[in-house]
Amino acid sequence: QVSAALKKGHVTPTELCQRCLALIKSTKFLNAYITVAEETALKQAEESEKRYRTGQPLGVLDGIPVAVKDNFSTAGIETTCASEMLKGYIPPYSATVVQKLLDQGAVLLGKTNLDEFAMGSGSTDGVFGPVRNPWSYSRQYKEKPVPESHPEDEASNWVITGGSSGGSAAAVSSFTCFAALGSDTGGSTRNPAAHCGVVGLKPTYGLISRHGLIPLVNSMDVPGILTRCVDDAAVVLGSLAGHDPKDSTTVQDNFKPFELPSLTDVSKLSIGIPKEYHAPGLSSEILALWSKAADLFKNAGANVIEVSLPHTHYSIVCYHVLCTAEVASNMARFDGLEYGHRSDMNKSTESMYAATRREGFNDVVRGRILSGNYFLLKQNYESYFVKAQKVRRLIANDFMKVFRSGVDILLTPTTLSDAVPYTEFIKEDNRTRSAQDDILTQAANMAGLPAISVPTALSERGLPVGLQFIGRSFQEKQLLTVAKWFEKQVKFPMIELEEVKRHDHGVFQHQKSASFS
Amino acid sequence: AVRECRGFWRRAWQRGAGGPAPRGQRVVAGSAGGAAVPAGKSGLAPWVPVVGLEIHAQISSNSKLFSGSQVQFAAPPNSVVSFFDASLPGTLPVINRRCVEAAVMTALALNCSINKRSLFDRKHYFYADLPAGYQITQQRVPIAVNGTLSYSLCTDNKMSQMVTKTVRIKQIQLEQDSGKSLHDDTRSQTLVDLNRAGVGLMEVVMEPDMCCGEEAAAAVRELQLILQTLGSSHAVMAEGQLRVDANVSVHHPGEPYGVRTEVKNISSIRFLAKAVDYEIQRQIEELENGGTILNETRAFDSKLGCTVPMRDKEGKQDYRFMPEPNLPPLILYDAKSLPANTNHQQVVNIDWIHERLPDLPSVKRAKLVEQYGILPEHSFTLLNEDGLTEFFENVVKHTQMKPKKVIGWILNDLLSYLNQHSLTVKESPVSSSILADLLNLLEKKEISSTAAKQVLVELWKGEGKTPLQIVEEKKLELIQDQEALEQICQAVIDGQE
Repeated sequence: QVSAALKKGHVTPTELCQRCLALIKSTKFLNAYITVAEETALKQAEESEKRYRTGQPLGVLDGIPVAVKDNFSTAGIETTCASEMLKGYIPPYSATVVQKLLDQGAVLLGKTNLDEFAMGSGSTDGVFGPVRNPWSYSRQYKEKPVPESHPEDEASNWVITGGSSGGSAAAVSSFTCFAALGSDTGGSTRNPAAHCGVVGLKPTYGLISRHGLIPLVNSMDVPGILTRCVDDAAVVLGSLAGHDPKDSTTVQDNFKPFELPSLTDVSKLSIGIPKEYHAPGLSSEILALWSKAADLFKNAGANVIEVSLPHTHYSIVCYHVLCTAEVASNMARFDGLEYGHRSDMNKSTESMYAATRREGFNDVVRGRILSGNYFLLKQNYESYFVKAQKVRRLIANDFMKVFRSGVDILLTPTTLSDAVPYTEFIKEDNRTRSAQDDILTQAANMAGLPAISVPTALSERGLPVGLQFIGRSFQEKQLLTVAKWFEKQVKFPMIELEEVKRHDHGVFQHQKSASFS
Repeated sequence: AVRECRGFWRRAWQRGAGGPAPRGQRVVAGSAGGAAVPAGKSGLAPWVPVVGLEIHAQISSNSKLFSGSQVQFAAPPNSVVSFFDASLPGTLPVINRRCVEAAVMTALALNCSINKRSLFDRKHYFYADLPAGYQITQQRVPIAVNGTLSYSLCTDNKMSQMVTKTVRIKQIQLEQDSGKSLHDDTRSQTLVDLNRAGVGLMEVVMEPDMCCGEEAAAAVRELQLILQTLGSSHAVMAEGQLRVDANVSVHHPGEPYGVRTEVKNISSIRFLAKAVDYEIQRQIEELENGGTILNETRAFDSKLGCTVPMRDKEGKQDYRFMPEPNLPPLILYDAKSLPANTNHQQVVNIDWIHERLPDLPSVKRAKLVEQYGILPEHSFTLLNEDGLTEFFENVVKHTQMKPKKVIGWILNDLLSYLNQHSLTVKESPVSSSILADLLNLLEKKEISSTAAKQVLVELWKGEGKTPLQIVEEKKLELIQDQEALEQICQAVIDGQE
């Protein structure tokens, strides 16, 4: 809708940009942004405005403010990955996906906060501090009674965004931008999307270029898309997908952007409910919601059946072996020599390397590097890495079998519970939390399948809960069509945030979720 | 298995234990029979040396193996470094088609089986000249395996008898070159130049089928010629485009192979032969004195003519090999397997490359022998000197003298002069047309062969005179006139009295 508004001249790109920048300032306590690129954003907005005035906008995204997770390379804008290692690092090139957005006229507001090097499920372990879930300050959450809480606790009662793309999710959720890029390796886009009440899309591996995305696990990473509605996600997907000669893992097939049909008849759909996703620790609330969603499809005429993905319970362990191994390898380049932090230690090259890496990386990163190197040792390689690759194949085959048997889409929860308070989250360490929180999302990364989290309802605590749809490889159109139908049915409420109301000059027009398409 | 070698090594001189042999006193294996003097503690126990080679050839291409930056020798430091070469985070490798073709050409020339599906791996270690902390190589499934290389040796110094040998090629793999680090000890710093980081290399592994320095040198020389003929590598050792590491061990016949050492830092083919022979001798002495051989890496010191242990490479490295996740398997096609409607820009077709291979040195030599009636040994020398074949063929074209006679002038007169003055054929003051003119005078019997040699001496001065001019100046013409000859003879006879 805002795109139409821009076209009609109801609002100008500069106005839009300024409002978003102002909102970013007044929601600074969320700590969603690491860098706000105010000057360049305004310049881009001005350019966009010129185009609209002459009636030649570049497309739907022209003038639309967006944010990008700080593990995407942005030329001329600091890219830190929320790590000491890259503080002050200003890349000389932009990631392909960033460039594509800019080429479409999008206005880049800034770089969003994350867990250091995207390792984590809370967006709490970056060097710039944790991201706060905007819903912590929503009327919906604040009006709910919190057991055993005192008035003084209110300030510290805020809940996490989930991770690792928490900054991007918070940015979209708090209306400071209309779309944001995240990354998804084990659920890092879908998890915070669910906790922040926004749409989080993980595309098929190989559909969108990873060139410029600072890698965590090269064989699982994908750029993720966070928006306020499914149609928006489809638009952004359309502008990003397609072969990139700079990324040899993108498929060569021609990609055609699509518009989502408004599905009315779901009777030809077969929805699979994988029984293993009734995981230990799944809250009864979410279980009930999942059940309700299944019924929704059934009552509308779809074929809803229980299916089995028998190797699901191996996926966490398998993921940890493969992830840490790739991390150990990918982090080897951070030695302080060519870019990034360099230690003052200069007795020898080795000591400089060691000190630089000790100073530059947090415990989580260092822990994964050590584990990964252990698994890659010659004597361990067969029993860990190769074994994990074989198990990965089994997990991927589970999905293939189910899809081949006639199931179109799988419906699962995205998270085990709604967002927990920060003070509770940090009681367990990163590794434990990741193992717990990734369980529903990372099998899709293992299999390279597309998956999307759609905001479904508010929990008893007044916080968002999302449900996940997993589709066939490269069948994003079908996946998003079903997601859009579901979104229409559930009518997820808009966040009631003071700051947003203050800056809303009718732009958002009291919609359920202010979209731009 | 005991590989056949001309002459087993024997303890060849009477010396005390240990110490590098002073130059000139070592007996080099290979002379038929060997001047073996049984001496020392273990008497006549023969040794079988075993030599294998790991050769890295820099691929001749415009850009690097996985990035678009240029391949440029001696460019200003860090001036041809792409973001990927510098390991900037987020950059990804994209394979260079030309490098793949170079490897396929080389594999075909070495009679290898080409793996139509080969894989890339990461080999991890930390070093200043390795920006990513790993090298992309092919450890699990290289692009080609199981080939052979034939090379020839002379059985004596006169090049009158040649023997053909073969060495098995274990595999050829594609991998990245590293940058260069220069240690500045005075300021205790290391300077890193990444120009070379990411340049494409073909690693050619030769099985331990060789037995001495001469064989190793001959094999490498032949490989060098092949690479240069194909154009897949310039293979100039002095410019680091061809690097050779030798694996050397010794054992008694019938016993298992001994512990091997790796010898690095060999900067020329001549030094290769020396390094290998030195190392063989060192190991024999060590073992005969009751010592053991360590499985270590040693550097060849060309000034001292010996190998010394390398300090850096202590302890075994675990390279933590891992598949390179950013590169899908490398698929090669042939005419049969090429799918219809493929964009031929996107694929490498082995058969297409095979059809376009140039004549390999062995074929060229055979053709020279057949076409010109020269001896096989001659053809070796012709190919061995850069530009000599063209020179020879040019002379033959412009003279009536038979090639069989021309070759003598080329090899005995021209070549020896060039060698004496350390000149290349291109730098020869005597061009092929000038030599052809001279040989024509000889052929037409206008001068004698002695006179021709005198003219040649004058021509070397490069003063721009033609052979005819020199003949006239020095009055070297053969006199055909009966009367004039009689007069001269008479004068000589008269002069005697």
